[in-house]
Amino acid sequence: MSSPKTTRSGSVSGSCGPDCTCRGPIPALDDLRSAMPKQDPKSVIYMDNNATTRVDEQVVAEMLPYLTEQYGNPSSMHTFGGQVAHKIAEARQRVADLLGCLPEEILFTSCGTESDNTAIKGTLAVLPNKRKIVTTRVEHPAVLTTCRDLERHGYSISEIGVDRQGNLNLDELGFRIDDNTAIVSVMYANNETGVIFPIDEIASIVHSRGVVFHTDAVQAAGKIPLNLRNSAIDMLSLSGHKLHAPKGIGVLYVRKGTRIAPFLHGGHQESGRRGGTENVPGIIALGKACELALKYRVEENTRVKSLRDRLEAKLLASCPDCMINGNPEHRLPNTLNISFEYIEGEAILLLLNQFGICASSGSACTSGALEPSHVLRAMGVPFTAAHGSIRFSLSRFNTEAEVDFVAEVMPKIVNRLRELSPFVKR
Amino acid sequence: MWDYTDKVMDHFLNPRNVGSVENPDGVGEVGSLACGDALTLSFKLGPDGRIADAKFKTFGCASAVASSSVLTELIKGKTLDEAMQVTNQDIASYLGGLPEQKMHCSVMGQEALEAAIANYRGKHDGAAAVKKGNIVCTCFGVTDEEIRKVVRENGLSTVEQVTNYCKAGGGCGGCHGRIAELIVEVQGEAVKTQIASPPKKPAKLTNIQKIQLVQQTINEQIRPALRADGGDIELIDIDGNKVIVAFRGMCAQCKVSGFTMKDVVQARLREYVSDDLTVEAEKNPESSEHKS
Repeated sequence: MSSPKTTRSGSVSGSCGPDCTCRGPIPALDDLRSAMPKQDPKSVIYMDNNATTRVDEQVVAEMLPYLTEQYGNPSSMHTFGGQVAHKIAEARQRVADLLGCLPEEILFTSCGTESDNTAIKGTLAVLPNKRKIVTTRVEHPAVLTTCRDLERHGYSISEIGVDRQGNLNLDELGFRIDDNTAIVSVMYANNETGVIFPIDEIASIVHSRGVVFHTDAVQAAGKIPLNLRNSAIDMLSLSGHKLHAPKGIGVLYVRKGTRIAPFLHGGHQESGRRGGTENVPGIIALGKACELALKYRVEENTRVKSLRDRLEAKLLASCPDCMINGNPEHRLPNTLNISFEYIEGEAILLLLNQFGICASSGSACTSGALEPSHVLRAMGVPFTAAHGSIRFSLSRFNTEAEVDFVAEVMPKIVNRLRELSPFVKR
Repeated sequence: MWDYTDKVMDHFLNPRNVGSVENPDGVGEVGSLACGDALTLSFKLGPDGRIADAKFKTFGCASAVASSSVLTELIKGKTLDEAMQVTNQDIASYLGGLPEQKMHCSVMGQEALEAAIANYRGKHDGAAAVKKGNIVCTCFGVTDEEIRKVVRENGLSTVEQVTNYCKAGGGCGGCHGRIAELIVEVQGEAVKTQIASPPKKPAKLTNIQKIQLVQQTINEQIRPALRADGGDIELIDIDGNKVIVAFRGMCAQCKVSGFTMKDVVQARLREYVSDDLTVEAEKNPESSEHKS
């Protein structure tokens, strides 16, 4: 990739910013691309880290021997298998260090969704007389769909709303908890907007009412500091592939003394709380990923945050009629959800894709549904803006050059689609 | 990720005939920002009465842009009567096919063409095309005439297909019953078994039977329709012939939940349980947006 300086001296006129006057015919994409720095077609600019992340090479190195050489079953009596158990104990300690809890409070699962299901259904199973779940309208489907399915089985669900900036209504939360409530589940940070909820405060409110509190921290873990030792959180879900471990490994933190029934019945693994042979390489990979997350946590909140802020500032300056979705003050350091009015998200993503840029959208068209993201709708983002929403989510592997490239390409894509749009009057 | 054909990607990346024709003979506008896609088509006739130039502007996804682009290519050089013969199937097959959920993009192209030609023939002004028929889907503003047309021309037999082709039923889901009726009306009784086979309504019910039947009807007939659109319903109480329910999820915020209550919930319960039933929304302090 050549330096940004070369690009600015290129032939395309105007920045297509607020004062842009270029109104010529639609530039063919090749013209658009030739104006861009030459990019290695194999290199991808990955800004979709809230969807999944690249596995860190150190993580791969750590797990590899447990696929090829040390493939034993940790439950076995022989040393060959048994020695793996020590490595699992080490991984458990590393996860506990990231979360600030005890290793015996860590339960390994197959993914974030299994952790969420275990927390909710496992709690309901030990509290047969309580039939209500309180959650939010902006939860990930792992929680929301689970709750709505439970509703079909006779449970009642209360979903707390959010305001225009995506902040939870805490008064409403307190109001909805009653004697019949078995569990409250509120996500730590929203996957689409990155808005962080005041989880410690919420946990205290819930605890003071004597109700179990679970949080889906799949997006928060590794990105912002967590310290469960000083918090009233009873259960917390985490997913490996969101923090540079492979897919297929998750964690449910269960505070000591919290009663929970197993979700998967089977052998005695995980102290009898989750049957099924351990995903040994996955667990070891996650341990290493958590160790690295702890190491890079400062960087995540400084360098990655400044990259995100740089991208945000550049886009706001160069693209008219765009706006940030979600409370800018309480947001994950890596997430930028931005709406471009009058144009549609899927079209933006496909053009970004032409430049090897990976992002995602809350537009209806990307999912096959006809209505845009449930999170943006719950926030009351107008449909006109929700259809054109794009989420960029960064990681420690992103560079300033990548951010500058995206900031260079984006206004041209926006301008091109607006040339096509009947809602832009010129 | 959508599996678009090369043809779709070509017309998306290099759309033909973008813009507005100067001094157009006909203009058709369909869709809206809120719906997620919209198309403005304008054309000019040559001295021979054939379409000499056609241009479009589209807000929407790749398949919407590609469908619009193909539409302009298809109609150029045709007389208006010939152009009227272009169907959404022609657009879709020119593109080598569209994903099923994106078929409504090809229908939008055809509707814009009809609106533009109607505009030329002076039936109404294209800017605010008056829709024929009665609105069935209030969320997306789709009329019974439009639904009949897509069902007939594309041989559709399920509500889900109708939603894919013209968006009707893709919002709150309150019109699913009416769409099913329209499908039967167009396609005949043959498709009826594919939609729903209503159980026989019992003549006399004990209280327990009534409660069980109401619950069963909600679970099997009403909830799936609402849940398909992110909504849900909860049975709160049954007091004599008064059934008290509460909407959940998307339905709780749906602007037309009043219609859903009467046209879906009450209609279904009367159909399957008893004609004497009335349905009311729960009067509760928990309804959304109640206070700060």
